[in-house]
Amino acid sequence: MNPWGFVQVALALLLSPLLIGVINRTKAFVAGRRGTPLLQLYHDAAKLLRKGAVYSRTTTWVFRAGPIVALAATLGTLPFLPAGGLRAVLWFDGDLLVVIALLGVARFLTVLAALDTGSSFEGMGASREVTFSALAEPALLLGLAAMGREVGSLSLSDMSSGLTAAKWFQAAPAMMLAAAALLVVFLAENARVPVDDPNTHLELTMIHEVMVLDHGGPDFGVILYGSALKLWVLGTLLVNASLPVRTSSVAIDAAAFLAGMLALAVLTGLIESAMARLRLAHIPQLLVGATALSVLAIILVLR
Amino acid sequence: MTNLIEVVLVLVVLTDFFLLGSSRLAACIRIVAIQGVVLGTLPVLGHLDNLTLRLVFLAVGSAALKAVVFPILLFRAMREANVRHEIEPFVGFIASILIGLGSLAVSVWVASRITLPRPVVSSLVLPVALFTILAGLFVIVSRRKALTQVLGYIVLENGIYVFGMVLVGEIPMLVELGALLDAFVAVLVMGIAIDHISRSYDHIDVDELDTLRG
Repeated sequence: MNPWGFVQVALALLLSPLLIGVINRTKAFVAGRRGTPLLQLYHDAAKLLRKGAVYSRTTTWVFRAGPIVALAATLGTLPFLPAGGLRAVLWFDGDLLVVIALLGVARFLTVLAALDTGSSFEGMGASREVTFSALAEPALLLGLAAMGREVGSLSLSDMSSGLTAAKWFQAAPAMMLAAAALLVVFLAENARVPVDDPNTHLELTMIHEVMVLDHGGPDFGVILYGSALKLWVLGTLLVNASLPVRTSSVAIDAAAFLAGMLALAVLTGLIESAMARLRLAHIPQLLVGATALSVLAIILVLR
Repeated sequence: MTNLIEVVLVLVVLTDFFLLGSSRLAACIRIVAIQGVVLGTLPVLGHLDNLTLRLVFLAVGSAALKAVVFPILLFRAMREANVRHEIEPFVGFIASILIGLGSLAVSVWVASRITLPRPVVSSLVLPVALFTILAGLFVIVSRRKALTQVLGYIVLENGIYVFGMVLVGEIPMLVELGALLDAFVAVLVMGIAIDHISRSYDHIDVDELDTLRG
């Protein structure tokens, strides 16, 4: 137990929508626009939560449970999530599997809710989401496993606080490969640009947006907030793996972690400004490529 | 310096994977050129303490050949044959990457079983050399277009280069230059062959070469 971990949980709850604001602001800046306010997502979620919801008569309780359970599962990962050198609230050997499984539960319920609408269109999105996440998960697991092997523990807190700068640079090639694989997973799982375009509402290209089309009002607000939290969770895993600032001072560690998250949001915005979305047929290639990077990282640390 | 050499070797593996997973011929030619440059630095990095003029000359020569001359020849062949993509290879791109992962594991295992006559700078050299050779061979047998097969041949030669350069260390210069010249002539001849194939058949799909035309 680490009671200070609750501060990190509170920060994640408070700041996660801000990351999306930073990404959108970066994109607007590169495009020469002024862009939406940084706090736009807070306003959107607050507005949606005050509205009423309309449910189709073909849907069942699964449709209503989807967003709530998905948010609950994502919230459940937060106590296990260390921030840089700072330990999480709870940790035990193998808790990284708990985090990944909870993210899987969130995805499963979102997919079920999409299928529950009976719309063939949402089924298409669900099928894509499941296909791509099945390809992204090995990259994520193997990338974290490479880190765990280097540090000698399968607990996220031990892995993160044990990954000192000296250790990181000693295995620099492997750590860079793992970080690159985690970046691809981060972009794919959060429906960011090379895989999915969060802005487009063109039917043929959407993945994540398709599945939540029939949700409205408070349900949609919960979905928006849940996806911001998921961005924070996967971003934390990536920043922990790629930014080895581990001093004895809590203030420096926390500042480095928050700066890392901010830099990650800016980087995502830059990637989205510089790249176009990949063709759907090429996305599996990208994700299998990320898995290849993870496997290479594991081979390097096992050697 | 071992760390820098390992970065170079990892880059070589990444370029191999890119070649296995990409269908765009122009990108493949560029990535093979990059592999040539990266490999050119290897003998220099491997002998930083006793750097001779011969080594520098060799490094610059092979890098210039692989990064400038080969791409020019191959881009010309690509333009004249008017192909841009490797379409419908015998083994798909995702399957190619997975097979690449398998052969990487095999290379690591085989390399761990081989006892070397002299110590090497990094334990990564042997697996990377074996994997690059296997990746080149795989590209040769699994792709349809003659141009991609030439790229596979260059990668195969690169693998042998890694093997010789860091493992044996002191190869006589004449042998090195002979090997480089061989590779050069081979790519030149294949470039001409691609041109001829595409002129007489309107494409460079070697799978069609088993039927005769009057």
